Amino acid sequence: MKKKIILIGNGMTGFRFCEKFVESGMSADHELLVFGEENTPAYDRVHLTSFYTGTTADELLLAPANWYADNQITLKSGDRIAAINRNEKKVISEHGHSYSYDILVLATGSSAFVPPIQGVDKKGIFVYRTFDDILAIKKYIPKATKAAVIGGGLLGLEAAKAVMDDGLKTSIIEFAPRLMPRQLDELGASMLRHKLESFDLEVLLNKSTEKILGNGKITGMQFTDGSVLETDLLVISAGIKPRDELARSCDLEVHPRGGIVVNSKMGTADESIFAIGECVVVHGMVWGLVAPCYEMAEVLIANLRNGQREFLGFDLSSKLKLIGTDVASFGHALSEPHHGRTIVYENKSRGVYKRLNVSLDGKYLLGGILVGDAEEYNLLKQIVNNKIKLPENPEDLILGSRGGGGAGISVSDLPDEAVICSCENISKKTILNAVEIDGAESVPLIKKCTKSGTGCGGCVPMLDDLLTFSMKSRGKEVRKVICEHFSYTRQELFDLIKVDEIKTYPELLKKYGTGYGCEVCKPVTASLLASIWNEVVAKHDTIQDTNDRFLANIQQRGLYSVVPRMPAGEITPEKLIVIGEVARKYDLYTKITGGQRIDMFGARVDLLPDIWEELIDAGFESGHAYGKALRTVKSCVGSTWCRFGMDDSVSFAVEIEERYKGIRAPHKIKGGVSGCVRECAEARSKDFGVIATEKGWNLFVCGNGGANPRHADLLASDLDKETVIKYIDRFIMFYIKTAEPLTRTAKWLGSMEGGLGHLRDVVVNDSLGIGEKLEADLQKLVETYQCEWKEVVNNPELRKKYRHFVNSEETDSNIKFVALRDQKMPAK
Amino acid sequence: METKEWVKTASVDKFPANAGACVLVNGEQIAVFNFAEENRWYATQNQCPHKGEMAISRGLTGDSNGTPKVACPFHKKSFSLEDGTCLTDEDYELKTYPVKIEDGFVYIEIE
Repeated sequence: MKKKIILIGNGMTGFRFCEKFVESGMSADHELLVFGEENTPAYDRVHLTSFYTGTTADELLLAPANWYADNQITLKSGDRIAAINRNEKKVISEHGHSYSYDILVLATGSSAFVPPIQGVDKKGIFVYRTFDDILAIKKYIPKATKAAVIGGGLLGLEAAKAVMDDGLKTSIIEFAPRLMPRQLDELGASMLRHKLESFDLEVLLNKSTEKILGNGKITGMQFTDGSVLETDLLVISAGIKPRDELARSCDLEVHPRGGIVVNSKMGTADESIFAIGECVVVHGMVWGLVAPCYEMAEVLIANLRNGQREFLGFDLSSKLKLIGTDVASFGHALSEPHHGRTIVYENKSRGVYKRLNVSLDGKYLLGGILVGDAEEYNLLKQIVNNKIKLPENPEDLILGSRGGGGAGISVSDLPDEAVICSCENISKKTILNAVEIDGAESVPLIKKCTKSGTGCGGCVPMLDDLLTFSMKSRGKEVRKVICEHFSYTRQELFDLIKVDEIKTYPELLKKYGTGYGCEVCKPVTASLLASIWNEVVAKHDTIQDTNDRFLANIQQRGLYSVVPRMPAGEITPEKLIVIGEVARKYDLYTKITGGQRIDMFGARVDLLPDIWEELIDAGFESGHAYGKALRTVKSCVGSTWCRFGMDDSVSFAVEIEERYKGIRAPHKIKGGVSGCVRECAEARSKDFGVIATEKGWNLFVCGNGGANPRHADLLASDLDKETVIKYIDRFIMFYIKTAEPLTRTAKWLGSMEGGLGHLRDVVVNDSLGIGEKLEADLQKLVETYQCEWKEVVNNPELRKKYRHFVNSEETDSNIKFVALRDQKMPAK
Repeated sequence: METKEWVKTASVDKFPANAGACVLVNGEQIAVFNFAEENRWYATQNQCPHKGEMAISRGLTGDSNGTPKVACPFHKKSFSLEDGTCLTDEDYELKTYPVKIEDGFVYIEIE
């Protein structure tokens, strides 16, 4: 008969146990019954904040609900185990059912630690731990105007950023004299603090909360130093508390400060009961990171199969990105002076702090801290973990070698057994084998093949380094070439077209390509030709992507939509009437777009020139809604009408939209201008956003709506209009020149070496000395702008191309409509 | 018994170089492609088998490892112009038609 294993807890550790159970083949002689108290199966709690910002619960599931049954595991979600009867080897659920076990595994995890503060049970106070917590906070946010977060640790800062992004003025309250006291030293913490404050997060240190104020619901907090903070929402993230109550209730040993005591083989004093994860104390401490908990699950599986593995402690290095700032600590980050010497680099103007702790003999790296720039994190962690001998000038590791070149240590120096991905416990050798033997010659393939980089994702840059190293060492190249017809990158093609003054696709293909081209390289070339020479795109119609070929967005049934430009969403009554009349005449469905203009749908291809002729006669221009080009510059009401407006956002948005209209780019570009911090134009969800302040305009860049929303980052503050235009000129042109095809600015920034700091250096500080050139190139595009629809309407040759059949005047008989709310829609 | 006939469609200059155009032949919509450098012509059904849109003629042409192809403008499914098979790993297929050029006109053979 199969042995019965009962696992209590379906969190990340519990799930890892299930996974390893399946992998090990234990199901041949074991049954596994899993209890989870949450209604959802195990999910990725590490990325809980992404649930806050819109990732769905399903996307965060570690495995779909049917995975368990498919692997002969019985999962009971939403059924909490209330008691353990050790004598009879049974567990009893809340619903009163009892289940017997041969082996019992406790993976009950931890809960948020809530300090015993007077009034902590008032409404508006939350913890930050589960899907339900997040939903509760989200629900309460509209009732709040100001938020506070207790706890300046990893999770507290994430929570603070999340509620701040929901528009609440937010304060972080930390009991210790510095932020992230477990990971950072005084200088590092103060660098981080300045960074957070520059984003309007208030940081209060040395604060101990005495009581919560408010009648029924929180209105403020009173601290032991007598000061008071007004707030109507509080998130508590003051650490974790191991869930040891079940163990306690059946008299298993628990640590005085909480946590089920286990030995290094994960066993309790009861030889049938084991415990793993954040609910345990092993080697005298609770291990509150996912990687060591995963290790415990693996150790236990090995031991249940008669192995002799021990949990020997774990690397607690961590790295996170907060409000665009990297923060990392590794090894013995806070080592004492008598253990080693420190090398410190501090650059307040760039917000960077780096510290290395070197052994007294100078030979080994013990640990360190990185704030503001953590590019070297993975390598430094490896140097510590693998006890690699330091180079003569270890400072080169954080400063880069003077006189060029690396600091002398790279991924090639790591031993084969170096653990690259600590979440999945994957070694360098395994990754290189995947690349060299299994042919996984890209990062996504390496991830798929080895599972490395699929947990916290922190090792992904190192996967890239290993890939490059392996390819180079075998004489292979890794370059993001356009497609099989051009072995050049987009940036290289940009330069070739410019230098060789290439004006058409056939010329380029003949000179630098092979074959007949394809649907990738043709539109890329079309975009490059437009960005460089700014000829009317209609002249290159056969290499344009779908929409640019007929200068309209293709929709259901091959119908097209028509969107005239309405800069900043402003339109006169006369022009509104024209739109109405045109739409009525051609029987078009009309709708207001997200970019503050009017879209007319349902135009047959042969009618497009006629429709546009009427619009152009009335003074409209193309809105480029079909192009990888500037779409709209959205504006709020602004100071001309709005009682809150600090400045005239509409006039500025009109000016900006008129300036950049028609410019082709690697992808579409959207802008926004808001007249005050209320941000009604949602400018921070745009590629560039401008927001009025008391002293001028703040410029934000690289925001995105859509599938992967991203708030734009502040590039520069309190600018006058001329400087805003100058910076946007440089920004757009730099983007056009360097981005990969079909890459929005947000993604472009994400893969930019040096990130926002580098972009700011180029655009604001002109570190590459190309500022004037970028401005001049952009100015040329502005001066050569012409409305492409005007060109088509007035050019009989171009106009002839707008027909469905080249041998018949008939129209496409497949197009039919049905009625919809007083308008129409295409019939299926 | 099947009967096949060559149908005259339009003069060569009505068709764009290195791109597609649509012709109406006995009530059927047929996409015609001209690879101008070598004066090679191809014809397929105009309807994309993926979502049924009449759009193949508006797709971008080119080749994949030497096989001439067209990518549907709707969702970028690619099809071989030689035999109509889908090159993007799917079970869709385009019907193809023989094409010939005579006296400056494009002829298509249909059943």
